[in-house]
Amino acid sequence: MIEVRWHGRGGQGVVTSSELLARAVLREGKYVQHFPEFGPERRGAPVRAFTRIDDKPIDIHYGIYEPDIVVVIDPVLLSTNVEGILSGLKNGGYLILNTTKVPEGIARIAKEKDLKVYTVDAHKIALEVFNRPLYNTPMLGALVKATGLASLDSVLKALEERFKGEILEKNKIAVKRAYEEVVKYEV
Amino acid sequence: MARIVGMNGDTAVAYAVKQADVDVIAAYPITPQTIIVEKLSEYVNNGELNAAYVPVESEHSALSACVGASLAGARVFTATASQGLALMYEILYIASSLRTTIVMALGNRAFSAPINIHCSHDDAYAVRDAGWIELFAENVQEAYDLTFQAFRIAEDKNVLFPTIVNLDGFILTHSLEGVNVFEDEEIPKFLPPKEPVNPIDPEKPVSYGPLDLFDYYIEHKKQQAEALKASYPHILKVFEEFREFSGRSYKPLKTLSMEDAEVAVIILGSAAGTVRDVVRKLREKGEKVGVVSLTLYRPFPQEELVKVLKGVKAVAVMDRSYSYGSPGAQLFMDVAATLINVRDKPLLFNVIYGLGGRDLKPEHVVQVFEHAKKVAKEGEVPEKEVWIGVRE
Repeated sequence: MIEVRWHGRGGQGVVTSSELLARAVLREGKYVQHFPEFGPERRGAPVRAFTRIDDKPIDIHYGIYEPDIVVVIDPVLLSTNVEGILSGLKNGGYLILNTTKVPEGIARIAKEKDLKVYTVDAHKIALEVFNRPLYNTPMLGALVKATGLASLDSVLKALEERFKGEILEKNKIAVKRAYEEVVKYEV
Repeated sequence: MARIVGMNGDTAVAYAVKQADVDVIAAYPITPQTIIVEKLSEYVNNGELNAAYVPVESEHSALSACVGASLAGARVFTATASQGLALMYEILYIASSLRTTIVMALGNRAFSAPINIHCSHDDAYAVRDAGWIELFAENVQEAYDLTFQAFRIAEDKNVLFPTIVNLDGFILTHSLEGVNVFEDEEIPKFLPPKEPVNPIDPEKPVSYGPLDLFDYYIEHKKQQAEALKASYPHILKVFEEFREFSGRSYKPLKTLSMEDAEVAVIILGSAAGTVRDVVRKLREKGEKVGVVSLTLYRPFPQEELVKVLKGVKAVAVMDRSYSYGSPGAQLFMDVAATLINVRDKPLLFNVIYGLGGRDLKPEHVVQVFEHAKKVAKEGEVPEKEVWIGVRE
């Protein structure tokens, strides 16, 4: 079983990216759960979402406390919420960041915990593609490239379940670009 | 070829209700079931579902409209949660006593105060005495499947009681899982259109629920009590027909490793799977533990429960609610009353967990089994009521 925790802030599509991952994984015949963290829904407030993936049916229904993979959609959280981001992340797990530069504090802990760290400049991609800071679908592209959790094709098909027209096409471009541009950070 | 669609519990219920081709929906939105009624109003608005959607001003009116529509012969659906159910309370008893066939989805949520939008079973238990049939879903697939079965059960001429599908608020209503869905054209094989029994006919006016005092009221109530008891084998028949239709098996009780269990947990709803997972792990260590969960809560599956608990030494009955001032919470009292005249019954204790959405983690379940093993070993119950996952 693979457990993913997504971090972002309200309005950034954190929950949507977790849901899209779930839909992509379902297309590959795997079993999945996706659930948001529920609290007051305020634009700008820290938000988390969760995806649980397995090859066999998932019987459990409780929170994810020790994720295998953490995806940080919002670059601001890398300086304001380091503890929250790294909380419970398994040794040897994945950390997928929307940044060009891994902050020193995170790099140090990544080394200690033997994390696999990947970065992508989703901010740049989002501004170029959407002309708005929409980081969620590029981060999904980066995640699947880094971890192989789902194929690019499944993610693109999942986008079709959710979006239409110009928005769909732009999201496809954003996902593909992040898929190509994500890089491994040597800890 | 199975078609798997990613849906949350609310969306799955709404999709099932659409496929069940209901005639009338009367509901008032309330978290965490709001998505259900939003989806249904969309289906009606888009012409995907040919039904009357009655946007009422309160839950009391919602259920009242459902009662009228059901008696007029319609296939009827409503959904609510928590305070909304509380506002329906007056009409709950009328809906069952008039033998309506309303199907309700209850997105289980804690009662106020303080205000909480997350899962407790307060609302599910509030209906336990009202003469409705109650089913509990443990995952999103079950929420979808049980919705179809609820219509079949409620409308069965040997049943004719309103039926609730309980699904845990947020844990199921808002979690997306893969759902194996039917194609629309398959549905009538399992769920043909409703055949109303004595529907309201303007040509032949009759009264429903007229004044009925000490001369006949008690006879009518006894008939109602007997009718709900007599519905039991017909509910089982619907489960069996659903298995033939879908290949997915439903029973009043779900059990895991009960054959030789020395200690067991009894539980309702989405946490059952978490308990099963712990049971599998403890079994690997050779511990004789088991778990029972109830898909059918009303009418209560007494005989089956007595059978599966045979030989068990200690049982933790887990309630996601509380009954203030009572000798035990609701499921505990159901189980205690079921076992009261049975010889060689297990020792029972009551575990209170998960109120207002507090997560039930595997380590909590392990604690419950540790407690149960101690009770079994010592042959006595030091604490009849144990609260789990609570900060001191």
